[in-house]
Amino acid sequence: MSEKLLYTKEHEWVLVKGSVVRVGISDYAQNELGDIVFVDLPSVGDVVEEGEGFAVLESVKAVSDVYAPVSGRIVAVNEALEDSPELINESPLDKGWIAEIELDDAAQVGDLMNEQEYAEYLKGV
Amino acid sequence: MTVRANVPLIFERSTPGRRGYRLPELDVPETPLEELIPQEYLRSEPPQLPEVSEPEVVRHYTQLSRLNHGVDVGFYPLGSCTMKYNPRVHEDLVSLPGLSAIHPYQPEETVQGALELIYNLGEHLAAIAGLAKTSLQPAAGAHGELSGLMVIKAYHNHRGEGHRNEMIVPDSAHGTNPASCAMVGYKVVEVPSDERGGVDVEALRKLVGPNTAGLMLTNPNTLGLFDENICEIAEIVHAAGGLLYYDGANANAILGIVRPGDTGFDVVHFNLHKTFSTPHGGGGPGAGPIVVSKELAPFLPGPVVEKEGDRFRLVMPEHSIGRVRSFYGNFLVYAKAYAYILSHGPEGLREVSETAVLNANYMMNKLKDVFELPYDRICMHEFVLSGSGLKKHGVRTLDLAKRLSDYGYHAPTVYFPLIVDEAIMIEPTETEAKSTLDQFIEVMRQIAKEAEEQPEMLTSAPHNTPVKRVDEARAARHPVLRWRKA
Repeated sequence: MSEKLLYTKEHEWVLVKGSVVRVGISDYAQNELGDIVFVDLPSVGDVVEEGEGFAVLESVKAVSDVYAPVSGRIVAVNEALEDSPELINESPLDKGWIAEIELDDAAQVGDLMNEQEYAEYLKGV
Repeated sequence: MTVRANVPLIFERSTPGRRGYRLPELDVPETPLEELIPQEYLRSEPPQLPEVSEPEVVRHYTQLSRLNHGVDVGFYPLGSCTMKYNPRVHEDLVSLPGLSAIHPYQPEETVQGALELIYNLGEHLAAIAGLAKTSLQPAAGAHGELSGLMVIKAYHNHRGEGHRNEMIVPDSAHGTNPASCAMVGYKVVEVPSDERGGVDVEALRKLVGPNTAGLMLTNPNTLGLFDENICEIAEIVHAAGGLLYYDGANANAILGIVRPGDTGFDVVHFNLHKTFSTPHGGGGPGAGPIVVSKELAPFLPGPVVEKEGDRFRLVMPEHSIGRVRSFYGNFLVYAKAYAYILSHGPEGLREVSETAVLNANYMMNKLKDVFELPYDRICMHEFVLSGSGLKKHGVRTLDLAKRLSDYGYHAPTVYFPLIVDEAIMIEPTETEAKSTLDQFIEVMRQIAKEAEEQPEMLTSAPHNTPVKRVDEARAARHPVLRWRKA
């Protein structure tokens, strides 16, 4: 099964693995937020709606919502973030993943940007 | 004067057996503790208290106080916090025994003067707000918000409209606004700002509906901008059956110029510790009175003071949401605010706001060529710059804030409001002289130059303070909140 990495305008990344997507925040986003000191994770089984906040990141600067890039059900969360929120700063695209969502509708991810498009988008931010 | 950062803890100064007091000989027979207090309440070992002499205690806390920055030490332009000077005469006043030596359990007839003070202060605040009735009970701004929203909720419930559960809050709002909504069980509906920094009126039109409980607005808002569409905004919210809540955090800009009630607000809170110059910071005590319209007055938290003939009585409003604070709130704070209002009078209060606005505009115009000014229009009592231009030098607003400590200034509010990238929110207040403003402007310009020429001066700042840069992330991730004996 092929994996592809996509981005949202709100600076979340989405790694599509068949009907399940893994979600985190981009390197740009972690850099803007600064040191993350607390992560409020969703619970496995929660139903999330595209565009709504499903996790909360608290940095030394501010508290920010992480918006669900897709609608679906939470099937896994990165519990390591509870004790080590700094993983998001150190490894935003890998060890700092936040949750996995099972898609309601596989077509949903069509609207997201690929890496190149996101790089272009950042130039205009 | 040397200020040392490594002040030992009071526990570390302890010497076994050292005492700071001498008690007189007992003139009654000594009774063993075990006979006076039931066994279950007695300690099995003595408490671990520091054993120090009186001068050691005094020197310890005096040294600690010298590590602080306060408005009595230097300029404190912390935006949205209104860190104005607190006149010393207020301290004199509240030490009068008629104010300081009374007890909340005293019968009403023995504290008529205190009740009169509470009543008169409420009347003055109502006049300033342009509304009907005040409750002084809430102990702080956010507490005022919570109490005000509870009043709104009680009003809707009373009218059989308890289904209204949505509170509209602008994206520039203080974080306390959505937090207060959550506390009363309201759903927060965010309204975006328009390109002039005010509420996006067209977006608001689409957000109101049958479930709208109200709108919370800070005016001037957190960008320091007066929302010119306030009357239209009020019409939209009222037409949908909602009420308007005025967050008084920025009321220092409008005294004697605009009465929030005249622009459609139904509930107002004031921060006495901001606008009315009672001491502020370090945990208060503060006071966040709420003033409401005639329709909402029966729901106010109580007790409130009513005047009957020439007597003053404590009364619970008819449909009161109840008590929100023990006894009558922070009474001596009221006394200071009352003195402030009386000593200024209506003309003086208007002058406070005019000068606060003038000072902010002066400073904004002297800084906008070196820092970005995202909303370039006449500001009110504060303004918001962006430090985003520093990024190209590898410097951030946080570094500028740290560097200001080196020059003896408290930093402005930073990274707020959230809608401005790398925000720097500056509120000079009316109590600062032009020379102070000029010195601060000069230092800000100097720091901007340093960012360009020697950015490491900023990124490793502060250099001249007793404590150097602290690891904020580690402090937040692994807070050590109390001392424990090793």
